[in-house]
Amino acid sequence: MAEAASVAAECLAGCRARGARSVLGQVVLPGEELLLPEQEDAEGPGGAGERPLSLNAGARSRVRVICGPGLRRCGDRLLVTKCGRLRHKEPGGGGGGVYWVDSQQKRYVPVKGDHVIGIVTAKSGDIFKVDVGGSEPASLSYLSFEGATKRNRPNVQVGDLIYGQFVVANKDMEPEMVCIDSCGRANGMGVIGQDGLLFKVTLGLIRKLLAPDCEIIQEVGKLYPLEIVFGMNGRIWVKAKTIQQTLILANILEACEHMTSDQRKQIFSRLAES
Amino acid sequence: MKETPLSNCERRFLLRAIEERKRLDGRQTYDYRNIRISFGTDYGCCIVELGKTRVLGQVSCELVAPKLNRATEGILFFNLELSQMAAPAFEPGRYLNLFLKLLYISDVWLKISKMIYLFKIHFQVWQIRVDLHLLNHDGNIIDAASIAAVVALCHFRRPDVSVQGDEVTLYTPEERDPVPLSIHHMPICVSFAFFQQGTYLLVDPNEREERVMDGLLVIAMNKHREICTIQSSGGIMLLKDQVLRCSKIAGVKVAEITELIQKALENDQKVRKEGGKFGFAESIANQRITAFKMEKATIDTSDVEEKAEEIIAEAEPPSEVVSKPVLWTPGTAQIGEGVENSWGDLEDSEKEDDDEGGSDEAILLDSIKMDTGIEVSDIGSQDAPIILSDSEEEEMIILEPDKNPKKIRTQTTSVKQEKAPNKKPVKRRKKKRAAN
Repeated sequence: MAEAASVAAECLAGCRARGARSVLGQVVLPGEELLLPEQEDAEGPGGAGERPLSLNAGARSRVRVICGPGLRRCGDRLLVTKCGRLRHKEPGGGGGGVYWVDSQQKRYVPVKGDHVIGIVTAKSGDIFKVDVGGSEPASLSYLSFEGATKRNRPNVQVGDLIYGQFVVANKDMEPEMVCIDSCGRANGMGVIGQDGLLFKVTLGLIRKLLAPDCEIIQEVGKLYPLEIVFGMNGRIWVKAKTIQQTLILANILEACEHMTSDQRKQIFSRLAES
Repeated sequence: MKETPLSNCERRFLLRAIEERKRLDGRQTYDYRNIRISFGTDYGCCIVELGKTRVLGQVSCELVAPKLNRATEGILFFNLELSQMAAPAFEPGRYLNLFLKLLYISDVWLKISKMIYLFKIHFQVWQIRVDLHLLNHDGNIIDAASIAAVVALCHFRRPDVSVQGDEVTLYTPEERDPVPLSIHHMPICVSFAFFQQGTYLLVDPNEREERVMDGLLVIAMNKHREICTIQSSGGIMLLKDQVLRCSKIAGVKVAEITELIQKALENDQKVRKEGGKFGFAESIANQRITAFKMEKATIDTSDVEEKAEEIIAEAEPPSEVVSKPVLWTPGTAQIGEGVENSWGDLEDSEKEDDDEGGSDEAILLDSIKMDTGIEVSDIGSQDAPIILSDSEEEEMIILEPDKNPKKIRTQTTSVKQEKAPNKKPVKRRKKKRAAN
């Protein structure tokens, strides 16, 4: 960690742009500029010529690279705007893949398409105001529930928990959310049941838990039967058979962030025995 | 910013947990959170952490003219700052009620307790000013603030003064060592939160518990078991013996906390005398990520496994979760199953029977049900819609009779092979269904 930081500091001082490939998995600081691979070949000082000299030296093949969170396009290069580790994902077909920065954050910023857990704060006429942890409460129309019509209103009270997704979320307007998908089906969204416990964790932990092959969720599922809902805004709702179990689950999930996988396995095995 | 509202399910959960004598972080009802006291480089500066609630206390002094009606007494000035750093909801001007209440309690407690004896120095008196800044709000600000004030005052050193006749000489710290204040006693506040109209009580509520509490009782006591202040807010009605019990608990807690404070003060004194390093920077351990460390929550897991096993053994197998749509054909899907078939005799349904008795339809439906059961359980917990095998499709597709015989032969279960001769009745039944 210390070495990566010092290298980064040196680089900033020297105002040299580094190749994105060379810093994958390392810590990057805001303000750094990163070169994309094909630029690196052409411009990099010691770039080993991976590609043979092309006959038309002028034209460079343009590969489409997607800038993820924490990066911004700055001319031909990528500018880092958040500190964290640089990650890259190879593309499925064509394109140049996605680059992004894994950073730690607790405050949520609404993003279109994210599924979040919100708390209803007010009912005014045709819309509900839902607090999602962002700067403004999101608005949710009563018609955005499955099977809702003007006569058949959904049963939503102030203080209820709602699981929905954003259809409009930009920095100029208040976000809007709905509880149906594009085909008109609920697909798991809607009002979350009455019991259970809601607690808050960091956004990075949620992303880790929602990764496709997350061990934590599988291990937790083997312990007791439970229901769990993850909101991308850092909120988790958990329900188990008894209060004791629910509390244990909440504490395990909160602690998972700061534990290595060995410590976690230890705790799970201890729980399974007791 | 508006604070995050408390949802109904959290409120319900917390109240139910309190009824079962369980707290969110695994404490008992009379347990305090971990108290951590650290000192700064200057005298009179300290940070007190009560769990995640943090208060910074700073004491300063100056010589001023005394108040007219109290010409011989010094002045103790007390200030509690609730900045937005503590909680996003603490906007200036918005949380006036809470702020005033806290200030009032602290003021009353500190003044009445006459902690410090400040004498007059020839037409001037000492004005001691205690500034408390709330750095993080996680419940029970009053207790944390009282501990911080007491610690800061005990830690503080004022400049030495000598009076000769009419002359007053104020020595700088270089000339003469600063002198500690003369402290009579250390009053500490202990807060009790009441729930369900006084039925349940908790000591040291954290932020969530404070949101659902009915009322708060604050008792300020010192280690000699003298009560300095009792204040009850929230409008709950308490019985006499409840208040007595609380005061007994407060006595025990205050004794523990006072001991902790004295140990911390002694440690700091020792470090300074020995010339070691002191201050906030030193109290943060090097080479360790303490910012992201979470304290262990002691959760009692003793009963849990038995209960879980009992429950699983006694409970019926859960009904099929409906979230996966079953794709019959492209364009037609089924979610869940309807009510059980009441047409045929369910007792007669033999899954391995080769006879086509009168209840063709019943057998067909049950075997289909059984198939559905097998396939669904094989697929497990995937989220993709379940595409059934061809035997189900056979019932629905009328347009492609050529495909189906081949597909039936490739299936190896005996049940499905029975269906080949049942094609005709199937189609008849389909019409019946359409009519319905």
